[in-house]
Amino acid sequence: MATSIQLRQLVKAYGDMEVIHNIDLDIDPGEFTVFVGPSGCGKSTLLRMIAGLEPISGGDLVIDGQRMNDVPAARRGIAMVFQSYALYPHMNVYQNLAFGLETAKAPKAEIQQRVQRAADILQIVPLLQRKPKQLSGGQRQRVAIGRAIVREPKIFLFDEPLSNLDAELRVQMRVEIAKLHNDLGNTMIYVTHDQVEAMTMADKIVVLRLGVIEQAGAPLELYNNPKNLFVAGFIGSPKMNFLTATADGSGISVAGNALALPRSAAGTATLGARPEHITLQPGTGIKLADVRVDLVENLGGQTVVYATTANGQPVNIVLEGQRPVELGSTVTAYIDPARVHLFNADGNAL
Amino acid sequence: MTARSLESGAPARERAASPSLWSRIWQNHAPGYLFLLPWLIGFFGLTIGPIVTSFYLSFTDFDLLTSPDWVGANNYVRMFTADPKFWASMRVTVIFVIFSVPLKLAFALAVALLLNRGMRGLPLYRALFYLPSLLGASVAIAILWRQIFARDGLVNDFLSVFGIAGPSWISNPQYSLWTIIILAVWQFGSPMIIFLAGLRQIPQDMYEAASLDGAGKWRQFIKITLPLLTPVVFFNAIIQTIEAFKSFTPAFIISGGTGNPINSTLFYTLYLYQEAFGFFRMGYASALAWVLLALVGMFTAFSFLTSKYWVHYDE
Repeated sequence: MATSIQLRQLVKAYGDMEVIHNIDLDIDPGEFTVFVGPSGCGKSTLLRMIAGLEPISGGDLVIDGQRMNDVPAARRGIAMVFQSYALYPHMNVYQNLAFGLETAKAPKAEIQQRVQRAADILQIVPLLQRKPKQLSGGQRQRVAIGRAIVREPKIFLFDEPLSNLDAELRVQMRVEIAKLHNDLGNTMIYVTHDQVEAMTMADKIVVLRLGVIEQAGAPLELYNNPKNLFVAGFIGSPKMNFLTATADGSGISVAGNALALPRSAAGTATLGARPEHITLQPGTGIKLADVRVDLVENLGGQTVVYATTANGQPVNIVLEGQRPVELGSTVTAYIDPARVHLFNADGNAL
Repeated sequence: MTARSLESGAPARERAASPSLWSRIWQNHAPGYLFLLPWLIGFFGLTIGPIVTSFYLSFTDFDLLTSPDWVGANNYVRMFTADPKFWASMRVTVIFVIFSVPLKLAFALAVALLLNRGMRGLPLYRALFYLPSLLGASVAIAILWRQIFARDGLVNDFLSVFGIAGPSWISNPQYSLWTIIILAVWQFGSPMIIFLAGLRQIPQDMYEAASLDGAGKWRQFIKITLPLLTPVVFFNAIIQTIEAFKSFTPAFIISGGTGNPINSTLFYTLYLYQEAFGFFRMGYASALAWVLLALVGMFTAFSFLTSKYWVHYDE
């Protein structure tokens, strides 16, 4: 049965310097949770606190209803896949996979059977007698995951496991890890700074900044309803456009253009519009602004337009298909009013 | 004027004036050789020359005063068949190597492990522990050692606190060699620094992965630290063994150059020194030196041959 995790007011401090501030989070049994955020946001530290590799300075870590703060790493029922793979270079693949079970003094036959199962799942049977240095990056990654599987843990932790792989292999391994989650059904926590990985793999995304959770929720919830400017800017690729808005009694205007929004916009300081939600076709929404086209990228399936408003604010637009857009021309950008995001002066969503 | 016109159309006078290949090479490389000259003189005059000469002398009878007499392999035959002192010195040296090297390496590794725990003031401790290696082979320390282990020395003063009357460690053949072994172990600084550097190279996440796998500190040491440190152990073992075979000063000073009591500190190099500069048997001393070289060479070759079975290189 899958395992639940609760973080209650979790704090991490190095001396006087607090780096994780009162984190509260519930992870449901079998959930694939992704911690995402920029470098230094505390996502890896939080993961290592759950793993037992970093002492917890305050609050409670609860796994399946049991407080785990002082339980050693090996007894938390956790397996972790490291960014560097952390394979033992002097052992072959079989010995790497078997190390944990041998340490636990499991019977030889059981070790063999569990290693074989993990090797079958990850299709690394032909590699069992090889040393890590004889493996490619992708194969090492599989062995690292295999080492976690062999232990049959309650929880899998992944610390940026794909960051050392090339782009093609990343996509491939991303799919395999997602499949692995479906097959095994374990609770998994995955740390990445890549929001595409987060969006494609997660049941729940936790966006962190400076040791604080900015927002936690399902990927599309974060995409559609970001709580603040940081989350709005972090989730989604290309990044959301932010335009300075001027609010008056009746509505808002951007770059001198009054927007006819069907809802109250009182207190708006910034308007957010995702590049893929902006069009250049009249009748597809309300007018956003007149923009001058600075650069056009034809990607085949999409056309990306880099433009600026009359008052010099950048606006990026992603159009479906191949569109003829003239460089240097001034065009009118439109947007579905339901897809407009409004933020107050503090950066919080309205 | 192009090179072509120079070669084809120039008068013979001009061609004769153009530098030859050898003189061009000389002009290009002369400054380099000039700078190398001091080293070349040292290498050929002080290293290669004496090596070749000693090999020749090892087949002669030579007392420094008269010219060497060719005696063939007599020196070597005598050494192995009719010289009990050769075997005594070999025995002392081998015992010294067998005990001092592993003890020194174990001690160096233990201290390196302690220092690797990220303690405060690490550079200070590192320097302090390294100090004996700088001083250890000196005459002054050997004299100090003699005082410490003498009948009225520091060790016996300490033992007398517990009512134990210790012997004169240096003049007792049962213990004399051990005082020199302790002196050698005390000079653990050099291998310790190398061990410390090796320990720093082991990625922390190996230990983290092992601790998640349930491995305690001891199992981590046996299964992770030691295997990953084997290249450093191998290097230290070779260097320290060669050093131990060559050890001379402590035995010379502590025994007053005699190797006594009852040849118990007659190191191989000390015996060689006695033969050469005590009895002026340069031919025989040269033969002794070549046997030592062969012995060290065989040990090193054997170590390299067996290293593939126990030394783990990451890449």
